[in-house]
Amino acid sequence: MSTTIAQNKGFGATLWDYLTTVDHKKIAILYLIGGGFFFLLGGLEAMAIRIQLIKPENDFVSAGFYNELLTMHGTTMIFLAAMPLIFALLNAVVPLQIGARDVAFPFLNSLGFWLFLFGGILLNCSWFLGGAPDAGWTAYAPLSTTQPGHGVDFYVLGLQISGAGTLMGGINFLVTIVNMRAPGMTYMRMPLFTWTAFVTSALILFAFPALTVGLFLMMFDRLFGSGFFDANMGGNSVIWEHLFWIFGHPEVYILILPAFGVFSDVFSTFSKKRLFGYTAMVFATVLIGFLGFMVWAHHMFTVGLGPAANSIFAVATMAIAVPTGIKIFNWLFTLWGGNIKINSAMLWSLAFIPSFTIGGMTGVMLAAAAADYQFHDTYFVVAHFHYVIVGGVVFGIFAGLHYWWPKMFGKILDETLGKITFWTFFIGFHLTFFIQHFLGLMGMPRRYWVYLTDQGLNTGNLISTIGAFFMAIGAIVFLYNVIITSIKGEKVGGDPWDGRTLEWSIPSPPPHYNFKQLPLVRGLDPLWIEKTEGRKGMTPAEPVGDIHMPNPTILPFVMSFGLFIAGFGFIYQVDDASWLSAVFIGMGICLGAMFVRSVKDDHGHHIHKEDLDKGDGL
Amino acid sequence: MKGWMGKVRALFWLSILSIVLSGCGKENLSAFLPKGYGAQVSLDIIFISLAVMVFVFIVVMIIYTFVLVKFRQKKGQEDFVPKQTEGNKALEVVWTVIPILLLIIIAVPTIAATYDLADESDKADSLNISVTGNQYWWHFNYGEEEIQTSQDMYIPVGEKVYLNMMSSDVLHSFWVPSISGKMDTNPENENTMYIEALEEGVYWGKCAELCGPSHSLMDFKIVAVSPEEYQQWVEDMQNVDLEATPETASAQEGQAIFENSCLGCHAIGSSPTAVGPNLTNFGDRTKLAGVEDLTHENVVNWILNPEKMKPGNKMTGNYTVPSEEEAEKIADYLLQLKPSDVTPETASSNN
Ligand code: HEC
Ligand SMILES: [Cu+2]
Repeated sequence: MSTTIAQNKGFGATLWDYLTTVDHKKIAILYLIGGGFFFLLGGLEAMAIRIQLIKPENDFVSAGFYNELLTMHGTTMIFLAAMPLIFALLNAVVPLQIGARDVAFPFLNSLGFWLFLFGGILLNCSWFLGGAPDAGWTAYAPLSTTQPGHGVDFYVLGLQISGAGTLMGGINFLVTIVNMRAPGMTYMRMPLFTWTAFVTSALILFAFPALTVGLFLMMFDRLFGSGFFDANMGGNSVIWEHLFWIFGHPEVYILILPAFGVFSDVFSTFSKKRLFGYTAMVFATVLIGFLGFMVWAHHMFTVGLGPAANSIFAVATMAIAVPTGIKIFNWLFTLWGGNIKINSAMLWSLAFIPSFTIGGMTGVMLAAAAADYQFHDTYFVVAHFHYVIVGGVVFGIFAGLHYWWPKMFGKILDETLGKITFWTFFIGFHLTFFIQHFLGLMGMPRRYWVYLTDQGLNTGNLISTIGAFFMAIGAIVFLYNVIITSIKGEKVGGDPWDGRTLEWSIPSPPPHYNFKQLPLVRGLDPLWIEKTEGRKGMTPAEPVGDIHMPNPTILPFVMSFGLFIAGFGFIYQVDDASWLSAVFIGMGICLGAMFVRSVKDDHGHHIHKEDLDKGDGL
Repeated sequence: MKGWMGKVRALFWLSILSIVLSGCGKENLSAFLPKGYGAQVSLDIIFISLAVMVFVFIVVMIIYTFVLVKFRQKKGQEDFVPKQTEGNKALEVVWTVIPILLLIIIAVPTIAATYDLADESDKADSLNISVTGNQYWWHFNYGEEEIQTSQDMYIPVGEKVYLNMMSSDVLHSFWVPSISGKMDTNPENENTMYIEALEEGVYWGKCAELCGPSHSLMDFKIVAVSPEEYQQWVEDMQNVDLEATPETASAQEGQAIFENSCLGCHAIGSSPTAVGPNLTNFGDRTKLAGVEDLTHENVVNWILNPEKMKPGNKMTGNYTVPSEEEAEKIADYLLQLKPSDVTPETASSNN
């Protein structure tokens, strides 16, 4: 609906519509576009890295530029591609799955997106303003605090702004899931994707503040002459490592849990079976989230924390393998005895199992501290986290997009192109990263601009680069698929997959208000229950009535834009105090918008029940 | 189905092939070919954990393959609705308990090895070397022996050597894969690790913590020689004659220029100056600046333009660049600094 209306509205109106929207479905599309753009950018950076490493002692890029590439690749992929793409899925699906008309804080939701986008743009402006950050996405002090130029300043400010957006997004989903569930939708009836969204949001709430604090300390070290991480001034650089990983380790669970949720829903839908061991799956999710906070120091086994700390963190880390294993087996037994239909969404999900299992295996190996002394900071680690993040998160995003594309846009992505994407990407992925396990142990540390000719690393690196090209082709075909589907794809109904959960009980794409009448949920897989009892759709829990919806607003955009300006001010006031004016102007814009938001009463609007039948309401 | 399995099989063979092609890596560099105690212990843990994990992987893959072959939708059965099983308590207990047991198999030797590698009980009776990581070179200070050297660390084979490590600037990580796992050098605290070479030889070391543009060029070596040869080397290094005049006229002139413009950063002898590498035994180095071949031409090029060989190094821009002619002479001087007969060659040839 939203897209068709958009087409009739003209470009300017559509743009304004999206700039001001507080509708979670449109925000999902914004996240998808933003995250997709940064995914391509990060991919381009990855290709430059792999081309540099195609042969020994190559000089495709300079040493300094290489460090910028590797830093921006990591930072972009984690913060600006994976996170927003996950948020795209969360926004598109969670309110529908719990039978809500909107999220709890639509304004905050929109603010979260614009903060992410402006933070990401700020960070990437560094490319054109004297060089990108080059201290790694982990930005370890003192390298990060002493690097000349403004690269790392852009990292600090860019992530601070986009991180604030993520935190808001997390809080919003937490409250949405607690407060906005439809009648009968108890916690233990929530689809697993919603459960993982819930746990992920809780992790965001607890993990991101650690990053915020770390970034503030680093900002003061770099811009205002403090010495939190400077050993010469009595500071301590290891504290940054702790702060970073107290955030950074949960971050990987923040990313992977929603992917687990996608796979759970996809497996159950396409094998036409209820999720095996639902309760165990929920508890495993919660347990992974909880343990995720106890293991950060396994990134720091070689820092010199001593054998006691290393042993404790080793065992704690290994423990995470147990709930993860429970999940893998529950998925396998969901498939067991099912009527398995293999389409694109299912291909990505099925490919996830062996790929992620390998990532999990190497995870346990890395957890063995005494072995990690060899693995640490080598290509073995690079291989491991790409198996987890690509083989888990990216596969999950692809699966989720194929699965929910019809719900978001009313059209199914082309299956043939989907399969081509899958096979090229899948083969390319294993070609790129499997060999890197060996490269690492053969003596190739990570973040190496060059490797020497006679060290036996040539063949492995060549294979890896070839694989990367396959992945690139896969990604391009997917992009093509998206375009061709939006032009030519056929419209489908509300329930193309014979779905089991609430989102499939409403039209595709859903109307502005999602549910004309809130549904009555009578168990897990509510739509499936109705279907087995011979009904076509959900039983309503309320009579048709007026629907109250929030008004669109430009304020979140303005606030984020203000912080964007202030970001430049903070960065450049070191060179010239007159830049402080940018800080004041930017903060002024932001605070001004906040003031307007506080004093102006905005009660939203009602869609009258007579208008509901006409289709859309707005 | 055929096509699908075929692709998986092709992929499998491709990866096997690629592993065989690349082998286990280069000797004296690869962690797969341990020549030191730490590397041995780590490799054991790697294999124990790998074995357990491969077992798990095989179990998962057997179920996975079975499920996909057996339960894939058959033609004409699109509408078949399978039984909606909720779960199975017994099974769920099984796949919770067995992994815990498997993890214990890994955890116990891991903890033992972690404590073993951190053991410092005989530190006082052993050779202690202070290691300093610098952007982008390594310095080794043999405190008790009063020897300073850089880039090549000489140690006696078969003995525990304690390394007390710090950084002078940003984080680095000391890694000699075939001898031992790595340990970071931090600017604020000293980390201690011991190494023990089991065979004589020259072992490649690498910096494993991103430290700036030349991070990948921060190589160094461990030169493990017999205890007698090590003693010999210590004596030779202690008795370097700083007054000695080089043999050739060119080298003599080189020495004069060097003392004028380079001595502020580079020490010769046991002076503690360490802004740049100590050059006492420069003529015996395995490599120039850690990575380049130690030839006259390369040394001249380094002196004229170090930036080209190591981007971002701390010598560039901080010294008076000599003329090419002067550089030739300095190179002559530096390359004849060979205070000891115990050299990297000794270590390699005894093997
Ligand atoms: C500002 C201090 C400084 C001055 C002055 C200086 N160097 Fe250096 N030099 C360094 C540093 C630092 C390195 C290590 C570079 C690296 O590997 O990153 C180095 C490395 C070297 C090396 C390679 C050492 C090795 O172990 O392989 C040589 C040779 C050298 N310098 C020669 C000279 C000569 C000759 C002069 C005088 C013309 C000179 N340097 C002046 C700081 C200095
Ligand atoms: Cu280094």
